[in-house]
Amino acid sequence: MSALLPFAAAGNGLTDWLAGLFPAGVPFWILGLLGAVIAFALIMVFVSVLAMFSTWLERKVAGHIQVRYGPMRVGGWHGWAQAIADGVKLLIKEDIVLADADRALFKIAPCLVLGAALAAFVALPFGPNAIVADLDLGVFFILAVSSVTTLGVIMAGWGSNNKWSLYGAMREAAQVASYEIPLGLSLMMPVMYYGSLSLHRAGEMQADWFGLHWYVFSDSFWLAIPSFILFFTAALAETKRSPFDLPESESELVAGFHTEYSGIRFSFFFMEEYAAMYLMSAVGTAFWFGAWNFPGLELLAGSALYAPLAVTVFVVKSMILVFVMMWVRWTVPRIRIDQVMTMGYKYLTPLCLILVFLASVWEWAKAALTGA
Amino acid sequence: MDDTTMERPLREGERLVELDVRTQDVEINMGPQHPATHGVLRVLLRADGEILTGAQSHLGYLHRCAEKIGESVDWLQYLPYTDRYDYLSAMNNNLAYSLAVEKLLGIEVPERAQYIRVILAELNRICSHLVAVGTYGLDIGAFTPFFYALRERELLLDIFEKICGARLTYAFIRPGGLMNDAPAGWTDQVRAFTDLFERKWREYWDLLVDNKIFVERTANVGVISEEQAIAWGCTGPMLRGSGVDWDLRRDQPYLVYDRLDFEVVVGQGYRGTVGDCFDRNYVRMYEMLESNRIVRQCLEQMPEGEIQHPEVGLVLRPAPGEAYVGIENPRGELGHYLVSDGNKIARRLRVRGPSFSNLALAEHLLPGCMLADAAAIIGSVDIVVGETDR
Repeated sequence: MSALLPFAAAGNGLTDWLAGLFPAGVPFWILGLLGAVIAFALIMVFVSVLAMFSTWLERKVAGHIQVRYGPMRVGGWHGWAQAIADGVKLLIKEDIVLADADRALFKIAPCLVLGAALAAFVALPFGPNAIVADLDLGVFFILAVSSVTTLGVIMAGWGSNNKWSLYGAMREAAQVASYEIPLGLSLMMPVMYYGSLSLHRAGEMQADWFGLHWYVFSDSFWLAIPSFILFFTAALAETKRSPFDLPESESELVAGFHTEYSGIRFSFFFMEEYAAMYLMSAVGTAFWFGAWNFPGLELLAGSALYAPLAVTVFVVKSMILVFVMMWVRWTVPRIRIDQVMTMGYKYLTPLCLILVFLASVWEWAKAALTGA
Repeated sequence: MDDTTMERPLREGERLVELDVRTQDVEINMGPQHPATHGVLRVLLRADGEILTGAQSHLGYLHRCAEKIGESVDWLQYLPYTDRYDYLSAMNNNLAYSLAVEKLLGIEVPERAQYIRVILAELNRICSHLVAVGTYGLDIGAFTPFFYALRERELLLDIFEKICGARLTYAFIRPGGLMNDAPAGWTDQVRAFTDLFERKWREYWDLLVDNKIFVERTANVGVISEEQAIAWGCTGPMLRGSGVDWDLRRDQPYLVYDRLDFEVVVGQGYRGTVGDCFDRNYVRMYEMLESNRIVRQCLEQMPEGEIQHPEVGLVLRPAPGEAYVGIENPRGELGHYLVSDGNKIARRLRVRGPSFSNLALAEHLLPGCMLADAAAIIGSVDIVVGETDR
């Protein structure tokens, strides 16, 4: 969470709120440090609960798609405690580090992977005032930090001293390097619409008018819908989800880069996957689907209920996109690495560039006509 | 050529630099424990990155001396061992062995037994192809169709359980006839399945086989030409997928197949080239429908009567001689070559299994393909290691 400190200087979100609690004159570094600790605790708790809920949801979704029930026993009601049981099992499992592994890389990799995913949550808004640090470069920061995950995956693949793992790592590198471009470009359309890279700002601009200010329902909807499809496709590739799950493709690479991992280290990769899924879904929600706004919710603005409801709306909307990712995973086969590359470079990137061009003309024309 | 030498003399200011960075092919073991090798097949792959440059399959991890056992136990005692070659089509294995022994004995089983045998063999073919298509989906990365296929397979296993008590290894079709007659209500259960199956078949087709990604992954991959398929002794869907119109049920009819009306499904190049992975899967898909038709016809034509040849007891002593019978198993021709010296134990028992010869060709298809295609090609051969190794 050291990433938080330099940005806290912007004086936003959590740090602002903390400053109000203390008498004036408290040194800034104390506030920053305190903010970092609180932010880390909040994000860690959120991501752990999220990962637990998502594993349970994934198994239920998979089960119902596959004409079965999924977990039904642990905890009684629809196996709600299955994820807790799984978590405990992973915690108490023997921690195996292979004799021939590159021990340092092998051990750092899961921490780096999870740490990068957690760090990206800093710039993610959960509600109108629920953001750790409202960075001007919000979405850029999220993209940049979540790419560090790739480094961890490559370290894991190399450090495992297993050829299958290495294949998984190289595929991850190739895939992320190619899909980072369409992912970034597809975000340019909303960024041009809002005139800001901040997700919090995007949320504020989509308020009121009973949802009609959402980017997908705005006057730029004809750019919003294709750009969201491109964004979602690239996000699937970025989060290693099917049909782009090549780095861990079970039927080809055994388990890809995490073949040799077990116990708590394996669970770090697992948590990262769900954290990344949520992160991408949340970015999609914030930019395209009105963030924490919901038709009628603005009537409550000012009451004590507003903030918790807004956070709930945001999380539920993001989880709907997470559900779509799961739905896709259990429906389609996996594509081949050359097809992944072809799709990224020959289709997604050019389409994104065309959209960026159209969007810049459109947004410029709008601004010129309205005199804004 | 040595890459440190140059053909032309060095120009002014140029110097020769020796590169110490060289690429090397990766040798990697796919199996014996690997999710995509369907059991304990081991394929040694040589790869230049994602492109395969060589492949060699290593067999024998599941060798259980089936043929030698056949030469040391009674004719009838060997029957349960046949279940274990290709455990996904045990009824057909029983049938292949029983027909060979019956040929040696020079007998023909009663008509009702023949019809029940055909029904069981064809239901077992559907059963086996369901697993083949479902696990092929797994190889390509689609998990869900497998569960759909197992859902219908479960109904079939119930049908088998009802008639013989076992769900996987039946030892039901035996030299001389059957273990017992079909119990009351069994034919209705089979008929209900045939009606249901045609509707369910559509689901696999829409969800898996006609899926854009599935087609992209299988069409034009692992193409086997007609000549190649014949030269390597491929049989079953491997052969028919390459466009060769050959089916033992029609071309060397046994039991009552000559009285039944069915099509032999041949690869058409429906989405790519004739003989690619898609075509092999296509043949399996449509064979299931044809088997369904055969079962329906059998249910209509099946007479009442005996199910066991009266002269065949528990201890058999065929007259000295030899016999070969090959039948159309779900995976191809399963043949038994038996030699009897008049004793109650076979003199020689030799099995010709389809998976073994089909697999022989597979490793020659791999070089030049991508690593992901290895799973697609090996999956499309649809081997059961129990049979390649026996």
